[in-house]
Amino acid sequence: MRLDPRLPSGPVAEAWSRRRQELPLIAPANRRHYRVLVVGSGLAGASAAASLAEQGYRVRLLTYHDSPRRAHSVAAQGGINAARNYQNDGDSVERLFRDTVRGGDFRAREAGCHRLAEISGSIIDHCVALGVPFAREYGGTLSNRSFGGSQVSRTFYARGQTGQQLLYGVVQALLRQVEAGRVELCPQRDLLDLITVDGVARGAICRHRLSGSLETHTAHAVVLASGGYSNVFHRSTNAVRSNASAIWRAHRRGALLANPCFTQIHPTCIPSGDPDQSKLTLMSESLRNDGRVWLPRRAGDQRPPDQVPEAERDYFLERLYPAYGNMVPRDVASRRSRELCLSGHGVGPTGRSIYLDFDEAIRRQGRSVIEGRYGNLFSMYERITGSDPYREPMRIYPAPHYTMGGLWVDYHLMSTVPGLFVLGEANFSEHGANRLGASALMQGLADGLFIAPATVPAWLADQPHPKLGEDHPSCREALEGVRRRIAHLRSIGGRQPAEVLRRQLGTLLIESCGISRSAAGLRQGIEGVAALREGFQQELLLPDPGTPLDPELEKALQLEDYLELADLMLRDALSREESCGAHFREEHQSENGEALRRDDDFCHIAAWEWRAEGEPLRHQEPLSFRAIHPTARSYR
Amino acid sequence: MSNASSLSLALRIWRQRHDEPAGRFLTYRLTGLSPDLSLLEALDRLNQQLLLEGERPVHFEHDCREGICGSCGFLVNGQAQGPQSGSTVCQLYLREFSDGQTLTLEPWRARAFPLIQDLAVDRSSLDRVLMAGGYVSVNIGSAPEANALPVGRELAAQAFEAASCIGCGACVAACPNASASLFVAAKLAHLDLLPQGQPEAAQRSRRLRERMAQEGFGVCGNQLECAAACPKEIPSALISRMNRHARS
Ligand SMILES: Cc1cc2nc3c(=O)[nH]c(=O)nc-3n(C[C@H](O)[C@H](O)[C@H](O)COP(=O)(O)OP(=O)(O)OC[C@H]3O[C@@H](n4cnc5c(N)ncnc54)[C@H](O)[C@@H]3O)c2cc1C
Ligand code: FES
Repeated sequence: MRLDPRLPSGPVAEAWSRRRQELPLIAPANRRHYRVLVVGSGLAGASAAASLAEQGYRVRLLTYHDSPRRAHSVAAQGGINAARNYQNDGDSVERLFRDTVRGGDFRAREAGCHRLAEISGSIIDHCVALGVPFAREYGGTLSNRSFGGSQVSRTFYARGQTGQQLLYGVVQALLRQVEAGRVELCPQRDLLDLITVDGVARGAICRHRLSGSLETHTAHAVVLASGGYSNVFHRSTNAVRSNASAIWRAHRRGALLANPCFTQIHPTCIPSGDPDQSKLTLMSESLRNDGRVWLPRRAGDQRPPDQVPEAERDYFLERLYPAYGNMVPRDVASRRSRELCLSGHGVGPTGRSIYLDFDEAIRRQGRSVIEGRYGNLFSMYERITGSDPYREPMRIYPAPHYTMGGLWVDYHLMSTVPGLFVLGEANFSEHGANRLGASALMQGLADGLFIAPATVPAWLADQPHPKLGEDHPSCREALEGVRRRIAHLRSIGGRQPAEVLRRQLGTLLIESCGISRSAAGLRQGIEGVAALREGFQQELLLPDPGTPLDPELEKALQLEDYLELADLMLRDALSREESCGAHFREEHQSENGEALRRDDDFCHIAAWEWRAEGEPLRHQEPLSFRAIHPTARSYR
Repeated sequence: MSNASSLSLALRIWRQRHDEPAGRFLTYRLTGLSPDLSLLEALDRLNQQLLLEGERPVHFEHDCREGICGSCGFLVNGQAQGPQSGSTVCQLYLREFSDGQTLTLEPWRARAFPLIQDLAVDRSSLDRVLMAGGYVSVNIGSAPEANALPVGRELAAQAFEAASCIGCGACVAACPNASASLFVAAKLAHLDLLPQGQPEAAQRSRRLRERMAQEGFGVCGNQLECAAACPKEIPSALISRMNRHARS
């Protein structure tokens, strides 16, 4: 298979505007003949659905939530990047572009990163117009803060609830289209398969979560915006029902999955306590603007933090990375924290946490300033841990947070299944091997507000109108497949709830494919997953609850997909014999423990093909850098 | 508030299948619970036990488990979103309870929120209220430069506070008349306070209030239980503001 990313030729700076000029259009009166199925109502899905409907296409939106405003984007805290240089600190489209390519450790496409930086400003314009109440200065202009991996202040925010406010903005735009009859909203639907006709995406099979019935939805194009797969790990910062099933089912229908091993572990999360704890809560990266990370210099030091004198504290990020200090990118902060904890410097009951200290910031700026910036995060922390961060340093530890990997898409955001577009965290685009803070919201909205609304119509322009009937053999085949799959899971008749098996998988994966990876560990991981897959087929407990509402069935279906995805992640990590971004291979590091990239052999995107029989196939899309020369990433 | 390292609780939970006309309370005992668990995690534990015993697990809504998605919510000892002010039930930790305590968990009861099953109710009526006009009617691609229109810092902060409503429905559950006035008032304040939302303010107010009545929500009787139950502490003053504007 040859992967064609459909990248524009010529200089990257003009690439997107040139491409837009070339895209075919559909006349306004004809647009209502085209149906688009959008899966997901997060920033990416809701904004794409609203934009396409505003243009006049007929949109149906599926989401497993009861309301589109509950999509996981709602939980994003810290902010959204845009190259506006409002702070006059030297920012520009060019600089955001460079930061993104460099932050991703040269494993993303230049043209895509440039487009993202170009669009970033319009996202802010549009969100302000929709009524998103961003933080403001006294003079009434927009405020900014800075985030890891950048030396300018380009992050727009709404207290610690930026994702919530952006999501409400786009969901309100979506609801306006629902009221106008241009979007049909289908909540409580779980996507279980993609329908393809002659290899082209033409719809989806869903289970209605309340009635339990299986439904066939057909369309002229399918837009998947189902979010990331961090929940394949045991406990992440994601909402507990975030899952990988939509992308995995599309993968099995022919959509290649790119760089699945590129997963981000966020350095600042509330560490786990009880084994029954269901998730880990993120403490926004923005806290590192004012909080200082430290550990006691002496290993095994058990004194409470206020009794460790200044001279005996190791502000290790400031020490190791004087240029960026506490604001180094996430992968660097996570790795360093883990190393120090493993060497006995960690604090807290399990020795698996580090301090994030606001004492100096409070003394310098006053409590009210800090409260204004992070008030809700501080109270969230106190509620969960019972400790007051205004008086005692927070205790934090890294946790799985974001997945850079995802379905492979070309420059038009179309997957290898024609007619299937993938947006937001579900695709693999623009963040390379590591995403910078506040860039996911930017990417999701760039995809949904501006890119897909240009490229999806260009695809539709070449499609015939006739509606695909639900009784088409391809629809019936997909529906039957789902029915058989559910019947099979019910027939296993084992003794283990899905949750128990999922924990085993997630724990194995975080150990073998987490912050630090080795060939031996990855091979063991692959064997372990194979054993768990067999175990699942024998031990799953899935009784018929006697009512159509069946969260256990949902969990079992998701777990079956996670088991297959985990195997692919391990294979991808094993075959990428270099360290880059969040992917750290112990065999490839410098003397002082920094990652060693191997551009000669690995300057490419790995895209995996699913096969019913035999091992998955690894394809490569080579990356070339013309505007920025790849250098070793250094934040020292 | 408990300092014990492990506690026992009795959970008296409303059980009603989706197709049953009436439900009943059943009591379940849980022991050896860490005070660092959340109430929802205790329910997870219970559900695991029920599953292994061949019983139907308790149905409840949840997702983010950090108080921001608005999915969770039921009555805990008669209080919508539980006894702790300014938080959702997913943010309620067992350390807030004492060893041996009985907690009564039941679904929200309001005409506009039909029961789904056990502790979950259907709140899609709230979205339909928003559909009537809870937005700024601007098409994508036609926005002026973001800093072209200054918005005072205080005003932006007030709009933000109103906009922080998570749409959980606790205000409706707490209101003796099952009114959604706080929910509606918060959305009106969010959008009216910003210059972007002002052109449609009068029409928005009328349409949202009409739709609220059509969806079966009651009329505000000024008892202000809503604001006391609100996990985001949206002030009841917004309701007075809405009423003032409606009259003028
Ligand atoms: C705690 C936290 C804080 C964050 N903070 C920031 C931040 O400050 N800045 C930043 O840039 N990024 C942040 N991120 C990352 C960012 O929030 C996400 O990457 C982004 O919101 C993803 O948006 P999305 O539209 O792609 O998907 P989501 O918002 O995850 O939406 C997915 C949608 O798909 C639907 N769906 C999924 N599977 C199915 C299925 N099988 N069937 C039907 N529907 C389905 C869901 O119902 C949902 O509507 C944060 C992430 C977390 C976890
Ligand atoms: S589960 Fe999201 S608010 Fe409680």
